[in-house]
Amino acid sequence: MNAIVETAWDPSQPIVALRDVHKSFGKLEVLKGISFDVMKGEVVCIIGPSGSGKSTLIRCVNALTPFDAGSIKVEGQEVNVAHLDKLALRKKVGIVFQQYNLFPHKTALENVMMAPVLVLKEPKDEVEARARALIRKVRLEGKEDSYPGELSGGQQQRVAIARSLAMRPDIMLFDEVTAALDPETVKEVLVTIRELAAEGMTCMLVTHEMGFAREIANHIYFTDRGVIVEHGPPATFFTEAKDPRTREFLSQIL
Amino acid sequence: MIRTRAIPGIGRDPTTDLPVLHRCSPVGAGLAADLAFSRWLGSRSPWVLLGLAALLAAWPFLAHAQSGYSTARAFEALWRWIPFLLRDGFAFNILISFVTMAIGTAAGVVLGLWQIAPSPWVRRTAWAITQTFRNSPWLVLLFIVMLTFPFEIRIGDAIVPIPDWMKAVLGLALPVMANVSEVVRGAIQSVPTGQWEASESLAFSRRQTLWRIILPQCFKRMIPPWMNWYAILTMATPLVSLLGVEEIVTLSRQAMEAEDNHPELLMPFYGFALLVFFAYCYPIARWTIRLERRFAVKL
Repeated sequence: MNAIVETAWDPSQPIVALRDVHKSFGKLEVLKGISFDVMKGEVVCIIGPSGSGKSTLIRCVNALTPFDAGSIKVEGQEVNVAHLDKLALRKKVGIVFQQYNLFPHKTALENVMMAPVLVLKEPKDEVEARARALIRKVRLEGKEDSYPGELSGGQQQRVAIARSLAMRPDIMLFDEVTAALDPETVKEVLVTIRELAAEGMTCMLVTHEMGFAREIANHIYFTDRGVIVEHGPPATFFTEAKDPRTREFLSQIL
Repeated sequence: MIRTRAIPGIGRDPTTDLPVLHRCSPVGAGLAADLAFSRWLGSRSPWVLLGLAALLAAWPFLAHAQSGYSTARAFEALWRWIPFLLRDGFAFNILISFVTMAIGTAAGVVLGLWQIAPSPWVRRTAWAITQTFRNSPWLVLLFIVMLTFPFEIRIGDAIVPIPDWMKAVLGLALPVMANVSEVVRGAIQSVPTGQWEASESLAFSRRQTLWRIILPQCFKRMIPPWMNWYAILTMATPLVSLLGVEEIVTLSRQAMEAEDNHPELLMPFYGFALLVFFAYCYPIARWTIRLERRFAVKL
């Protein structure tokens, strides 16, 4: 069915493995050797001050941002290669953006359906049934025919999540998805993400929601100036931070 | 449950130095200036039209009789020539403007898409062509095309003549092409980069992204500047009279010659041409401004 030859990936191995990832924008080095593993079904939160390279890091995972050196393997497939099979990678890795980036000229349902129909060439009626189910899942039943401009920020973000899920990804990336929302609507998006995580979706989140990170994450990474300063499971991370930079950051934000 | 207590950090604005996260301006730099002509023309009061007509009608009373030929007779002459000037003259201006716009738009869209091509060579070439023809005087381009193009081409045994007006159309289409190219580039670049990223992350190809996501969003935004250029082009069609193409100004001159070249004829005949162009372009300018306002709200 699929022309792409899948190299054997043992699910006991990390689903995402980052090794010594480096990235510079001009003279500014934003990632200075990041390494960590994400296991299948794990929820990983990346926190840190603005400009610490969190968003860049997460974008490297689905090759939206090319990186200069190091290795990222997604299900055993190297991302940092010249002739990357981007289609295969992006079928596996979904991403949700801070600014939702819904297609404004398409309804919510069409937004969700577009990629499976056009990219995966799946039959339209099948995709539509799945898209409607996804819209129900993100609690937007009745909004199928609304255009993004008619939806609130939180609703748009949930459509964006459904759109990404329609590609049946194995890993979901969330790039500060609640940063542009008002406090009332943050919750509805977080509830959706929490449900996903509970269903066993592998998630990588860049977030400023410390309370949420603490509740949902299996592992938290704190980055500052392009390096991982400290990491650990939330139970110890928030209470036993050792590095002064982490402590300072947490004291400001908590 | 999510904690009911406010989650710290929620209200903070996302701040970042990363260029990928910067929102881009919803209005492309190239677009606003493109409407200068329509804005100017459209902001005239509709009374200008009546004013021009009144001035023309009042001319006999304002002008001094310089010879035995009275201005009243000049108007009588104009009245006789009007059907001919409109049917054989102005209609041809409109035809030239349509054909030129069609060719210029087709070529301009291609050139504009090349301006955002992934290949830097294609991009630079398209940019150079665009800038060359955008910044050349229209009349010079017209002369070059008129004088360098053959008056006939041989295809096998058949000789296909190229009439002057066809060459004039090609000459005018060059600057139109360049300006449409800029309209297309500006409109495409006015779509937020997030749309490209979202499409990319959903594995759309570049072609799919362009035709399914980007162009449908900026198509409406291209219409007002495109109409603006159409009005400018229509105003420029009398240029071809310098090359002997028989449009309204050429025919006006011929008509005045037929009426023995009395100086009293100048104002009525050229005034009439002005009035006709104004009457044609003014509604277009008003419509352009209206469309622009309507589309601007939807951004």
